[in-house]
Amino acid sequence: MNSRYEVVIGLEVHVQLTTKTKIFCGCSTEFGQSPNSQTCPVCLGLPGALPVLNQQVVENAIKAGLATNCQIAPHSIFARKNYFYPDLPKGYQISQFELPICEHGWIDIETAELGKKRVGITRIHMEEDAGKLLHNEVDSSAVDLNRACTPLLEVVSEPDMRSSDEAIAYLRQLHQIVVYLGICNGNLDEGSFRCDANVSIRPWGQTELGTRAELKNLNSFRFIKQAIEYEVERQIDVIEDGDEVVQETRLFDPDRGVSRSMRSKEEAHDYRYFPDPDLLPLQVSADWVTRVRDSLPELPLVKLQRYQDEMGLPAYDAGVLSAERPVAEYFEGLVALYNNPKVCSNWVMGEILGALKDKNLGIEDCPVSPELLAGILQRIDDKTISGKIAKTVFEEVWQSGKSADQVIEDKGLKQVSDSGAIEAIVDEVIAANPGPVAEYRGGKEKLMGFFVGQVMKASKGKANPGMANQLLKQKLS
Amino acid sequence: MKISQKDVEHVARLARLTIAAEELETLTGQMDAILGYVDKLNELDTEAIEPMAHAVPMANAFRADEVKPAMGIERALQNAPVSGDECFTVPKVIE
Repeated sequence: MNSRYEVVIGLEVHVQLTTKTKIFCGCSTEFGQSPNSQTCPVCLGLPGALPVLNQQVVENAIKAGLATNCQIAPHSIFARKNYFYPDLPKGYQISQFELPICEHGWIDIETAELGKKRVGITRIHMEEDAGKLLHNEVDSSAVDLNRACTPLLEVVSEPDMRSSDEAIAYLRQLHQIVVYLGICNGNLDEGSFRCDANVSIRPWGQTELGTRAELKNLNSFRFIKQAIEYEVERQIDVIEDGDEVVQETRLFDPDRGVSRSMRSKEEAHDYRYFPDPDLLPLQVSADWVTRVRDSLPELPLVKLQRYQDEMGLPAYDAGVLSAERPVAEYFEGLVALYNNPKVCSNWVMGEILGALKDKNLGIEDCPVSPELLAGILQRIDDKTISGKIAKTVFEEVWQSGKSADQVIEDKGLKQVSDSGAIEAIVDEVIAANPGPVAEYRGGKEKLMGFFVGQVMKASKGKANPGMANQLLKQKLS
Repeated sequence: MKISQKDVEHVARLARLTIAAEELETLTGQMDAILGYVDKLNELDTEAIEPMAHAVPMANAFRADEVKPAMGIERALQNAPVSGDECFTVPKVIE
């Protein structure tokens, strides 16, 4: 933190929605298809084409609004934002200006440096994306309009963040929420979650905001942090040199770690918004909002708290297990079948996530379902297998997809609790180790661990350790 | 005059229109007359009337999220003055 200047950051995030079709036409939104193969008169902006609103986009906007504590507007409208750019075939973008669908929300964040904080959300509105410009020729550019008309939510925060860490915490929280809601795939590389940052500085104590620079299209959390930190330093230098910060758009170059001015926003800012006569006003009834509210999944911060309060998990476990919805669902599925949250947590965070990471798999592709894992844990509980053998059983279940019971039977891994069989092994171990036996009898009781280990080894891990311990004590005394 | 020549030049620039010097005066006068006419509406008291965003008293025209066939790359590009590699070709864009 700088001693002389306070940093002020507001963020605009474009969240690309996972609907099957575009916002105003039935073209597919699938990523990575041949250029212009997913276009029609509406998204090409041909004269006379009529845009019709995708209802799922509205539903997803309501979800995002509710999950970020916004008010959902009963009445909202679409507007034309007019500007010329080759990736925008109509010469305007259909967006919302006055009367957006969501307003006045907030999300809670936490950073090590500044603690807990509530960041305001000014508004969330629906809009269409532009196409993509490909700069592969020396004297021309190519336009692919597959992305044109893809549904976006623009989430605009209040200028409430005071450090790059807070900005990142906000973005991570928002990212987690939209992915949890299932309305965005969260893929930063594909541009499904894009961020523009408005950054300004002001002397401590000044209430009026300084002139801001807008940092464009930052597509990784690391770059966003770097870009903000670079921008703060740049503005401090400008002010300390006696100059004034100019309002402008800047493009960050992650390879060089610097940003450069893109275009002055003076004239570009004159978008001449007006209500789009092609689209009817949107009315969202209280019933619709209630229906969406009832369909919302439990959100990550709520899960995080519940795992600690109701399941008694440590904060660390709760954080890992609630961070991604599929992991949380796996864990909750397991707890429903095997009601010992801490044991479940240990297995999911240890064996399951460990093995998935090794094999580079997502939990959706985990070959050991919660049912199969619960089967293993139950066999530990009823002492059919020891905790150690359970790891072998786990690996075998992972490989074969068979149930724990099947694996235990096929591989003969059942724990030996027959006292006669264990006694025989105990006798062998005692006979084979006269030295340690003498020492033990001479008072070196710590050697019990060694004997139990020998028995377990001789039984290939199958002896019931409790019984082995008891029998050894009897025989050695 | 509500509209100055500067306003007309500004709007023309935003619309990417080139206006000849001799047209400027005429257009300024015409736009001013149009706005003056629209200004007449301000004489009405609309205090208690909800602003409307659309001429038709309807709301909520939706479509279901179902994929419809696209028009095909060839047809999409057929009116493009220049195209290549399945894309529209435009003068080099420099950011």
